[in-house]
Parts: sequence; C-alpha cells; structure tokens
Amino acid sequence: MKQHRFRKLRTLLLLGTTLLLGGCGKQWILLHPAGPIAAHEKNLILTAWWLMVLVALPVFVLTIWFAWHYRASNKKANYQPNWDFSWSVDALIWVLPLVGVAILAFLCWTSTQSLAPYKPIASKKAPVEVDVVAFDWKWLFIYPKQHIATVNQLVIPVGHPINFKLTSDTVMTSFFIPEMGSQIYAMSGMRSRLNLIADKPGTYHGQNMQFSGRGYADMNFKVLAKQDAGFQDWVASVQKSDKKFDMTALAQLQKRTIANPVAHYGSVKPQMFQTILDQYRYSHHDGNRPGA
Amino acid sequence: MLGNLSLSSIPYHNPIIMGAVGFSILVGLIIVGTITYYGKWGYLYKEWFCSVDHKRIGVMYIVLAMIMLLRGFADAIMMRAQQAIAVGSNPGYLPPEHFDQIFSAHGTIMIFFVAMPFMIGLLNIAVPLQIGARDVAFPFLNSVSFWTAAISAILIMISLGIGEFSQAGWTGYPPLSELPNDPGTGVDYWIWAIQISGIGSLMTGINFMVTILKLRAPGMTLMKMPVFTWTALCASALIVLSFPMLTVTLALLTMDRYLGMHFFTAGHGGNLMMYTNLFWTWGHPEVYLLMVPAFGVFSEVVPTFSGKRLYGYTSMVWATIAIALLSFVVWLHHFFTMGASANVNAFFGITTMIIAVPTGIKLFNWIFTMFRGRVQFHSAMYWTLGFIIAFTVGGMTGVLLSIPGADYQLHNTELLVAHFHNMLIPGAVFGYFAGYTYWFPKAFGFKLNERWGKRAFWGWMIGFLLAFMPLYALGLMGMPRRMDHYANPAWHPYLVVAFIGAVFILGGVIAQIIQLVVSIRERNENRDLTGDPWNGRTLEWATSSPPPYFNFARLPAVHQLDEFCHMKSAGTAYQPADKFFDIHMPKNTPAGFFIGMLCFAFGFAMIWHIWWLALASVFGVITTVIIRGSEDEPEYVVPASELESSQARRLKQVATVEPTASSCNDDGDDSEGAYTAA
Repeated sequence: MKQHRFRKLRTLLLLGTTLLLGGCGKQWILLHPAGPIAAHEKNLILTAWWLMVLVALPVFVLTIWFAWHYRASNKKANYQPNWDFSWSVDALIWVLPLVGVAILAFLCWTSTQSLAPYKPIASKKAPVEVDVVAFDWKWLFIYPKQHIATVNQLVIPVGHPINFKLTSDTVMTSFFIPEMGSQIYAMSGMRSRLNLIADKPGTYHGQNMQFSGRGYADMNFKVLAKQDAGFQDWVASVQKSDKKFDMTALAQLQKRTIANPVAHYGSVKPQMFQTILDQYRYSHHDGNRPGA
Repeated sequence: MLGNLSLSSIPYHNPIIMGAVGFSILVGLIIVGTITYYGKWGYLYKEWFCSVDHKRIGVMYIVLAMIMLLRGFADAIMMRAQQAIAVGSNPGYLPPEHFDQIFSAHGTIMIFFVAMPFMIGLLNIAVPLQIGARDVAFPFLNSVSFWTAAISAILIMISLGIGEFSQAGWTGYPPLSELPNDPGTGVDYWIWAIQISGIGSLMTGINFMVTILKLRAPGMTLMKMPVFTWTALCASALIVLSFPMLTVTLALLTMDRYLGMHFFTAGHGGNLMMYTNLFWTWGHPEVYLLMVPAFGVFSEVVPTFSGKRLYGYTSMVWATIAIALLSFVVWLHHFFTMGASANVNAFFGITTMIIAVPTGIKLFNWIFTMFRGRVQFHSAMYWTLGFIIAFTVGGMTGVLLSIPGADYQLHNTELLVAHFHNMLIPGAVFGYFAGYTYWFPKAFGFKLNERWGKRAFWGWMIGFLLAFMPLYALGLMGMPRRMDHYANPAWHPYLVVAFIGAVFILGGVIAQIIQLVVSIRERNENRDLTGDPWNGRTLEWATSSPPPYFNFARLPAVHQLDEFCHMKSAGTAYQPADKFFDIHMPKNTPAGFFIGMLCFAFGFAMIWHIWWLALASVFGVITTVIIRGSEDEPEYVVPASELESSQARRLKQVATVEPTASSCNDDGDDSEGAYTAA
C-alpha cells in the first residue's frame, strides 16, 4: 500500500520534471531515451535530483526566512548574540545530509553495478559486435561478423544488444550516443568496451564528447536503428560495395579530415581493429602525423 | 641566438589577436604613463616591488588577480559571443584554433591567475593580523612567491602577441598536448606559466602553514583561531600536499615535449591515463583549496554582520578539515567514463557525495548564525547570501554528477561546465569579493562604496544565473562542451541567453571598477578611524586601518575565541599598553623582484628554446639567492619609542570617534539553555 503510494509520487515527480523541462520538446534528448540503458540513467538522474531537492529545500527556505526575519531593522525579533550552539539544531543539520547521502550512496552503488558499461546486456536476441575507432576527426565502425565497415554512420538492429569495442587512432575521444546512454573514452593502444541497446527504430545522434582538436565540433555521426529485416538489407547492400578496408584504406583515414562524408567498405581485412591497437603497443608509431 | 623566436612568431595577420594585443599594450601604456606622470616609479619600486610586508604583498596579489580577471573575462565573453553566433552553417567570428586557445587560456587564467592570487592575497592581508603576528614566517619567501605568480601571468599575456597559447584545454590532456599534436609554443607557454607559478604557490603554502602554526599570539590555541585562519591553514596544507604532484606531472610532460621521452605519449609505452590520474590528484585538492578560504571569509562575514557568534565553531573547524582530507580521495570522479570497473567507480562516487555532508553542515552553520542575530544587509552579506543560494544548486548538481550512472550521460556536456562554474563563481569568487569588501578598509583605511558594491553584486548574481542556468538545460540536450560551432538550432536560444548573462556579469565588473574609483575619490568621507569599521570580532580589527608596518604596537594576548569582541565588551580594547619593547622587522629587498624577473627570462627562454638565456637565468636566480642569503643584516630594529608613539597616535585618533557597542556580552552564555526558552 505504502509502496504503491510512493510509486505514484515518483511517477508524479518524474512527470512533473518532464513537463517542467519543456515537456514534449524532443530537443531534451537525455529525457527521451531510446533504449533501456539511457532510460535507467534518465530515471537515476531524476530520482537523485528530487531526493536532493528534498534535502536542499531547508537551505533555501531557512536562508531567506532567517535573513529576512532577523534583519537588523526588525527590533521585535529575538536577539541572542551569544547563542552559538544547540544539540537539537546540530542533530538536525548532521542527520539531514547524512540520511540524504546514505540513500544516494545506496543508489550510487546499485546503479553503478547494473549500469557498468562493460557488462553485457542480457537479451533473447543475439548481440551484434561493432568495433569503433576514433580518428581525426571521424568515426570508423567495423562489423567483424558481417565483414563490413562504415565511416561516420552506425546502423544497428533494434532490440539486439550492441557490443562495442573501442579504441582511438588519435588522441583521447569519448564515444556517446545520448539517446542510447553511457559514453565511454576511446584511447589509443587501449581497448574499452560499451554495451548499449536501442529499443525503438529511429535516427539518433552520436558524437565525440572529449575535445580532440580543431575538427572536434564536427566529429559526429548518425545512428540508424532499423528492424532486423532492414538491418539485414542494409548489411547486404554494404557488402556489395567493392571498397575494402585494409592498410591502404587505414592510411587514408589517418589523414586529418573535418566533417568526413559517410563511407562504406564492402569487406574488411581480418584483424584490422587489432592492427590499429597494436600500432601503439608494439611498433614505434608515436602518433606523429603532422600535416598528414 | 634567439632559439625558435623570429618575426614570424608574431601573428600580425590576425586582426582579432592584434586587436587584443593592441588593447593590452594600450592599457599597459596608460598605466606606465600615469605612473611616470606622477613620478611614482621610485616609490613603487622601493615601497611595493621590494616590499616584504605581507599587507603590501597581499594588495599586489589582489591587483594581479583583478587585472587577470579582466583578461579571463574577456576570453569568457568572446566564447559566449562565438557560441551565440556560430549555429548551423555560420562559423562565427573565431576559427577553431583561436577558439581552442581562448577556452584553454580562460580556464588556465581563471584558476591560476585569478582565483589563486586572489585567495593568496586575502590570506596575506588577513592571516598575520588575525593571529596577532607582525608578518608571515618567511617574509622574503613571500615576496618571491608573489613575483613568480606575477611573471607567470605576464608569460601568459605575452603568448597573445608572441607565438600562441595552448589549444589543449586548461587540463592539457595528452596526447593532445604532446609535441606531435601541438607542435607550437602554446603548450610550452601553458607548462612554464603554471610550473613557475605553481612553485610559487607551494612556497606560499609552506609559508602560511609555518606562520599559522608558529606565530600565533600568546594564548591563541588552535581552537581559538578565527575560522578564516583555520581555512587558511587547511588550504596551505592542501597546497603543500598537492602542488608537488602538479610539479612532477608537468615535469614529465615537459620531458616528453623537450627530450623526446614517452611518459604520456600515445605510443612507445606512454600512458595518457597516468597523466589524467596525476593531474586530478592535484586538480581536485586544487579546486577545494580555492573554495575553502572563501568559506573562511563567509565564516567571518556572517557573524560580524549578524552581530552574533558563529554557530557551531567546532563543527565548522572539523568540517573544514574533513573537506580538506576528502579532497584527496575523489579524483577519479573526473573520469568515470575511462572504463574503470563498477566497484572503483562506485567507491569514488560515494567518497565524492560524502563531501556533501561537511559542506551541508557548513551551510547550516552560516544559516544558524543569522538565527537570532541582527542581520545587516551590507554588500559583503549580499555576496554571502547569494553564495548560499547559488552554491547549494551547484552542490546538488555536483552530487548528481558523482553518481557514475548519471555521469555516463552528463560527463563533458555543458551541464558539467555549468556545474563547476556554479561551484567556483559563488563558492570561490563571491567569497573573494566578500573578503575584498570586508578587508578593504583594513588594507587602505577607508571603506568601499556600498551602492556600487551592491550594483556589482546584482550584475554578477543575475549574470551568473542567466549565463549558467541555460547551460544546465543544454547539458540535458546533450550539448558537448568546448564546441566552436554546432549544427543543432535547438541549442541556439539558450546560448543567446547565456551570452546575455555574460553581458550582465560585464556590468557587474564595470560596477566594481566604478566602485573602486568612486571609493578612492570619496575616501575622506569613508575613513575608518577606529580600525574597526564593522564592529568586528577578531584581532585584525584591534589595530589601526591601515595597520602600521609592524601590525601591533604590543602583540595582543588571547584568552578566547573572538578575542577582540570580548576586549571591547571588557573595555580593554583601546587601553594603552604600559610597556614597549624593541622589535626586529625584515628589511625590504629587491631580491624577490629580481628572482621573479630572472624566472620570467627562464620561462621565456625555455618556451622559445633559447638555451643560453635559460642557463644564464638559472645561474642568476641561484646567485641572487646566495647574495640575499649571505646578507649580514636582513632585519633592522624598531625601537620601543616608535611603537609607543605609534600607539599614542592611534589612541588619539580612536578618541575622536564615538565607540560602537560591542555585541559580545560576557555576562551570560545563552547557548543551549536559552535556545529552549525561545
């Protein structure tokens, strides 16, 4: 019964925030998740926010109330210049933040476990693997199972967990599709992971969030979430392309470009993702390509 | 002979940069011209540049901070203007490489050359007076610290017109800041400016730790220290513990850039994650050591202008210590998205939100200080109340960002930018302005104009809200930080509002300049003859305004907290001392100024690879230190008679004004028991 009422209250608050923040405005993309990870994160943000409003409310109320009531010109107000401590007040001001932080800490611990970016998402549908490489200033997506690769365009099947492996062939970048949730850094010589899922078809915006030089502002891409059949058709159409992603193509991508157009590779030389990683691990490559 | 320096290093083809250079040179010429016109060079050099007096060094620090605030703010308003224009196909008026330099310079300047010198300036002016000391423990070192900070600021200013500034952000993350990605002089300017000033800050930290621990007036035990002094002690400890990490991190990056090493490079076993960790193990304590003294200012301002004791002194002290300690175990929250395991992220998330507890307690302590007080709405109190309201919002967004799951979505968005400005503008800058207003009469002997002070507050407060609340909204729209242009038209109206906010802040800054001019012009009407303009509670008000160079004719003895308040109610505050002793005071010396100039030559030489000059200036610094160190008489004797006549002059002056009633009542302690009676 009680829980039921709380749930109602929570729904009301969540609804309230959504309305307050411009309601249906699609531009508030963090409030319009297109996948369970982003939805969980949205709820986490709103729940934590309202909890904190509860804790912080006394600060706003008391500040304005005391400052006004005890203004020097109000001679009727009680004046006790030596009053500087009270156990009851102190108990209140310790307990209030402590309880607030305790609840938030619990929320923090549980949500961090369940939202761990490396954790595979349980699903009845088979996961799709995508290897992501950041360049100056574009994104490469390799589909190792489908043997295709794309530049600045990510096409994914709805409802399938997407299992990203990420690295960078340049400085540190951060891979982010806000409507799907969780960003993660991509760093040269290192492989990070990310698991996301889109639960409705649509076109989403993806971008680099970590400043990476002068082409940074244009380092974004479109995400097309398609139903299974649409995805298969798209894969088949890309596979028809006679462009191959190999060392020559890699050298092309390593050249600095801004707002690179979308490109498709019908086939991919095996182990290219590993090759890109290994450049920084075993060879004498120092990422030095001035003017390249 | 001149290393990499040539005429082509001057970006004379860029009209915007040349405009900025021209404007800076013009301002410089006006200042130089005015000083020359009034023939004040000798005075300035002998009495200020060579001074080892903590009060004068404090004033010079704050002048430096205010000049650099103008530069940092000019950067800010340029960025806001760019983002208000550059939507869709419009590239704006700044090319990306220029925009990137501007945001890098803005962050670097605001942290290192506005916040740090302002904070250290307030420490210099107030701490020795608050603890009843004649100067800091190492007056000469203090002068060296100041000059290293000043010349580092000059290095940054010079990067405008000779070469370029870093394009790697104020955090200078490699590999972006490594030679292959930023081969120009920009990152080198950044490195040497903060390396040299960082060493100066470290010396300041040591200086103030020793001063507070060793030079307190007789009877002032640690728990009888004013809260501002406590925060100064905690900030100094944070400096001493954290700045060596910055020094080492920068030295490693320097070796990468100058000697072809591979600490943080992309390949050859370099590890950029190491830099990120090291940088933030310094960076997080850094932002706290900027805010903690501001908390100290509020802890002085609220009791004074409420005519009442500070609520919960003991918890205030422990909360400050807790914040200082916790600041060392939260650094990873700056990069939750680096891929650490869930347990690691959750640990740092929780340590971060724990800081909200001592901070919350501080907020409530200030609020309950007003409770049953007589609150005077002085402009220092305006800054404080504005701080309490705005900072609470910033704290809430901070706790929000400390939850890794939320941070995965919000990291590197404009919401993050809004958050840290929401901490540092109210939490540090408003505190400094409150302290500036509060201690100005102590430093100069007259009060600042109230009307313009309040106008400045409203400009800053309204401007702050307009400039940063829209950025929170933009964060929820997924807008990344540091964009020189963007395609999404939905963001545009919010960025226009943010620009209007910056214009309001400009109004606030102009009001502050007018306030200073008006106050100087009307100084005779606003003289502080008693040395106690606000009915203060702590020892800095027990001496004249401005204080004599030796601060106190007789060092006060301390029996309790708020000693001066009790002295006033006991009627002993203005009693003449019967006995005086000869004292030793440090002589002024040009050595600090010379060391600063030589450090400038060193920094400039390293940036431009002028190796002979670098070597020569290092040699010069060592020689200057040896010469100064082997001086036989670095101190001189002030005879007792001079102290006596100084006190006589002060008491005669005090006698001309009506004394204010002390709010300290020693008759009854109305804590606890009295509370229930209400």
